[in-house]
Amino acid sequence: MSGSAFDLSGTTASFILLIPLAGAGLALINAGLGRSRSAAQLMMSSLCVVSIAALAYFVCGFAFQGLPDQPAHWLTIGGKPWSWLADGHLFLHHLALDGSPASLAALLGMAGAGLAALIPLGAGADRWRLGACSISTVVLAGWTYPLFAHWAWGGGWLAQLGSNYGLGHGFLDSGGAGTIQAMGGLTALAIAWILGPRRGKYTHDGMPTAIPGHNAVFVLFGCVLALAGWWGLNSSGAILFNGAEAGVVVRVAINTILSAASAALAAALVTHTRFGKPDASLTANGWIGGLAASSGACAFVEPLEAVLIGAIAGILVTFAVEWVELRMSVDDPGGSISAHAVGGLWGVLSVGIFAGLTASGRTGETMVPHPGQWLAQLVGVATLIGFILPLTYCLNWLLNLVYPQRVSAEGERQGMDLYELGAGAYPEFITHSDEFTER
Amino acid sequence: MKILGFVLLVSGWTIVLTAVALLIEDVPRAVFVLAGIGVEIVGLMLLIRAHPARRGEHE
Repeated sequence: MSGSAFDLSGTTASFILLIPLAGAGLALINAGLGRSRSAAQLMMSSLCVVSIAALAYFVCGFAFQGLPDQPAHWLTIGGKPWSWLADGHLFLHHLALDGSPASLAALLGMAGAGLAALIPLGAGADRWRLGACSISTVVLAGWTYPLFAHWAWGGGWLAQLGSNYGLGHGFLDSGGAGTIQAMGGLTALAIAWILGPRRGKYTHDGMPTAIPGHNAVFVLFGCVLALAGWWGLNSSGAILFNGAEAGVVVRVAINTILSAASAALAAALVTHTRFGKPDASLTANGWIGGLAASSGACAFVEPLEAVLIGAIAGILVTFAVEWVELRMSVDDPGGSISAHAVGGLWGVLSVGIFAGLTASGRTGETMVPHPGQWLAQLVGVATLIGFILPLTYCLNWLLNLVYPQRVSAEGERQGMDLYELGAGAYPEFITHSDEFTER
Repeated sequence: MKILGFVLLVSGWTIVLTAVALLIEDVPRAVFVLAGIGVEIVGLMLLIRAHPARRGEHE
């Protein structure tokens, strides 16, 4: 192995090892935005889904995801080959764990599966049973996520849109705006629909009532932790999936924080303008939305464009939170649908609109703007909404038939901590107020 | 309405795939991709209407 290749491998591995911080941040945000009586259960669920995602991805996830130069299942449509599923070995068999790009892709995929699995927990907070979210994670990390990851990162048909049909460089998603964020956010939407809202969330005439998060400090600290994880995610993704050189991580890191910062400030500004004071939870959701959006184009845009991408994400997320609660009547305590699905889908589209640099990082090298690139990104968005959402909904709906996902009314009244774990997160405090009175 | 919503979602995606696979010229391909996404949006709106607030009465 040459010196430079070794450096790149070590750099990539170092960045991948930062990704769990994003998971820690999301877990804190989800716990902080939920009720105090369910905080311990939510953190326990976070630990369980990350563990199960790692195991499921180890057993079959990477075999289904694969890599561009590995065997795969192909369909021939219109004379063109469409790779739809990798044909790898189960249990990472035959994979040399030596810092090769394949082994690093497996490590990144494992971390990404855990991150995607954490996102629906925010939408199911205060009512999603521990056993149900664990089984749902098996489906997500073992099948749904690897399937789309193969299409986007593993040389699948989305990645081939450039070579097969001349659509720019094919579907580009260096940090997982679609593969991780939108995937998790759309799964969160399916889970929120299946579970239904928390008791007392909506009045008899369908108006939502406020159930504020129990710990804003968790939420805001989680945002800071998430930034470090996103640096790792976006940098390692750019190197592994877009051929970026190690130096490009500086551009990626700057674009990532600029996107998050402008998104958070845009959300704070919007809420200050509308409500008279900046809203901490919406600002946090805006920050996460900016991070999710940055994952699409961070390696391909100039810093000023990253600011614009983030600001648009912050505004979109702020209005999406309200729209999801008021118009869609979906109870999403953690804002997962707005921050991850809306932010992630916008991140995917932003590549088609703004991408102008190559990820290789060579000075002066620019990506030739191609009219087909935005079409390739649109096809990716259409696939997430038109295929992944129905797939994840149907799988979780079937699971709900054999193993009910929602806790009983008594469990929700007691709180998930006492009902499922037998002890609360804050045993020395009296935490119960009654939000269950009929309104 | 829920089933129709899902059917429209998948139909829209199928239109997008068909446009990519069968159409060669840029403009018709783009128009059909956008049309497919339009069908998906209609399906999504049907799904939203099919999931009204249950006022927390879910047991």
